Amino acid sequence: MRENILSVGIDIGTSTTQLVFSKFTIENTASVIAIPKIQIIDKEVIYRSNIHFTPLLSETKINGDAVREIIESEYKKAAISFEKVDTGAVIITGETARKENANEILNTLSGMAGDFVVATAGPDLESIIAGKGAGAEKISKEKNATVANLDIGGGTTNIAVFRNGEVIDTACLDIGGRLIKFEGNSSKVSYISNKMKILAEDMGLEVQIGKIMEMKEVDALCQRMASILAESIGILPATPLLDKMLTGTPLKHQGIINYISFSGGVADCILNKGSENPLLYGDIGVTLGKAIGASDWLENCQVLEAVETIGATVVGAGTHTTEISGSTITIAPSLLPMKNIPILRLTSEDEMLEDEKLSHRITEKLNWFSLENGGQMVALAMKGIKNPNFQQVQRLSKAIIRGMKARLAEKEPIVIVVENDMAKILGQAIHAHLVEKIDVICIDTIKVDNGDYIDIGKPLANGKVVPVIIKTLVFNY
Amino acid sequence: MISEEAIKQMVQQIIEQVTTEKTETFQDNTSEGTTTQIVSTMDDNLKDLTEVKMQDYFQVPAPENKASYLSLKKNTPARVGIWRTGARYTTDTLLRFRADHAVAMDAVFTYVSETLLEEMQLFSVNTLCGDKDEYITRPDLGRKFSEETLEMIKERCVKAPQVQIYVSDGLSSTAIEANIKDILPSIMQGLQNEGLKVGTPFFVKHGRVPAMDVISETLDAEVTVVLIGERPGLATGESMSCYMAYRGKVGMPESRRTVISNIHNGGTSATEAGAHIAEIVKEMIKQKASGLDLKL
Repeated sequence: MRENILSVGIDIGTSTTQLVFSKFTIENTASVIAIPKIQIIDKEVIYRSNIHFTPLLSETKINGDAVREIIESEYKKAAISFEKVDTGAVIITGETARKENANEILNTLSGMAGDFVVATAGPDLESIIAGKGAGAEKISKEKNATVANLDIGGGTTNIAVFRNGEVIDTACLDIGGRLIKFEGNSSKVSYISNKMKILAEDMGLEVQIGKIMEMKEVDALCQRMASILAESIGILPATPLLDKMLTGTPLKHQGIINYISFSGGVADCILNKGSENPLLYGDIGVTLGKAIGASDWLENCQVLEAVETIGATVVGAGTHTTEISGSTITIAPSLLPMKNIPILRLTSEDEMLEDEKLSHRITEKLNWFSLENGGQMVALAMKGIKNPNFQQVQRLSKAIIRGMKARLAEKEPIVIVVENDMAKILGQAIHAHLVEKIDVICIDTIKVDNGDYIDIGKPLANGKVVPVIIKTLVFNY
Repeated sequence: MISEEAIKQMVQQIIEQVTTEKTETFQDNTSEGTTTQIVSTMDDNLKDLTEVKMQDYFQVPAPENKASYLSLKKNTPARVGIWRTGARYTTDTLLRFRADHAVAMDAVFTYVSETLLEEMQLFSVNTLCGDKDEYITRPDLGRKFSEETLEMIKERCVKAPQVQIYVSDGLSSTAIEANIKDILPSIMQGLQNEGLKVGTPFFVKHGRVPAMDVISETLDAEVTVVLIGERPGLATGESMSCYMAYRGKVGMPESRRTVISNIHNGGTSATEAGAHIAEIVKEMIKQKASGLDLKL
């Protein structure tokens, strides 16, 4: 009864572009006399690409053709054709995500990479994916602890905080190893990001393109960057500069962080205490890594070695984006796969409402949603009822139908995502109470929130489950 | 559920035993003050020991990491983390064990209430077993009916249905009481959605699983479905199974039965299981097979 799924992860970052293929094994882990429970029982990375520099046309444009060539050549080297790939994600990260043609490239790549390969971007999602790829999520669960992973790449540092296996917070800083680049083997500045200029100014240093920096200055700059990282996770008191370096909101998590792990390209330089040439990569990456490694504040932290460093994001994208739905669900196979369905989640207060009141609330929220997002398709999400009785399910299904009346008139399918195991009976009840036949997709054991987008793939395991990819674009703490 | 009365009696007996022994030893040394202790054990506010789920029952006095232990305990209803005194169970643990055991005994030896059967509009028939003792000791009788009973079933039920569903107490009446109101309508709704013709549901007292083959032959049903109480254990008395067979026949191999077990609050919920069962029945009719021959 085992089945394999082939997944691809592609990371187009500020400095590097990478690709991995992984094989998932899914199996019914329940006994033959029980309701099936299909789970991913094994994930294995079966191919890793070379680490390529991300090709750029200019400071604001990605070289799409070159990226495409890299990916095509890696597929060829791995002897895997695009049609064979069942799932996966292309993620565009760090500064690259801010290039003007990022979206366009992302979308063409996802279509090219496989049928159900999704395009993702956004600093919060990037933090989560990198944290999972680095193993921080897993270890937080194993140790029942709070673990912060800092993925320090070329352009940004992505922070994700996990507690007992759940992501609880994310943040992103403009701190990375390639924010200042040098010419050749010299220390003559060939590129400096705006944020680095602010940082240098704040320290009374003058850095601009063409300047030959003293190593002392590079060291000082990197030490300051390291201390800002410590500020961002609450190890050092925050300074006004922290706010300037953050790309969005700071961490809201105020509690204890038990462990820290580092991933991203710079992480390798933190642990490597050798006397490597600091200008090896023509940037400040090596120096930044060393500065972090030599920080006083680090001595008081419990540092865990990440299972992936430079590959954390790409492995995360390839192995930690796909989930499997519950095994008793309601689907309409002809509609699948579905991509980019925005989530409209009912609050727990909403769910306490009954009958007419609940219907009104659903209609109201759908109307607000349409105002903001246009009349696009939406998935209604809720926690649902644990061990619901028959009457409860009937009332809920009727309330949903009444609440979605306007959308049903347009023959739009009903898409419902519930947390508790009740998708099959809820779908069945909706079918039973619909006057006109409409497609219903109702899946469970999936936790989503407002602001998420969901992709639902073609059914697996003889139609019992569907693969699901949740894209968290806004991380609401 | 265990009746409050039963626990009270049990607890009272044990405590009385303990206190009488105590009283005797006390009486050697002191004279008064022990009678008040006995009075206080007559308290009406005895709690139901089985109220706390075994997964949440945790007695380790100074755990190194309670959260971790509890998250491990979520995976099993086994009695771990119950602590001990010397080599023995603590009193609380022992009482809990006996209370759970009593739940299981109750599940086997009580009957499904008439009111519930009326409410569900299920008429009731009996197998050849006269009472619970005979039911336990004579499994062969629990799968047979008298001629009169079979006549009555024929009379009151729709003939040759696509799906014949019936309910049976089996080894746990508690399971039927806990689940039937949710699972029966849930299966019916699912079958109706598929446009399948369902026969007249009824109830079989003192029933063993193979009684379904007799019913299948008697009513000439394409698929026969029985919802039956499972042998209770110390984890729950509310677990129910569903056995299904395509063209069930007396004496057919057991491998032709399809079974969904572990239907209860802590396992698969009755409503979700009902929807799943409806789909399996649909597949059986499509594939004209059940048990190991059925490809799901």
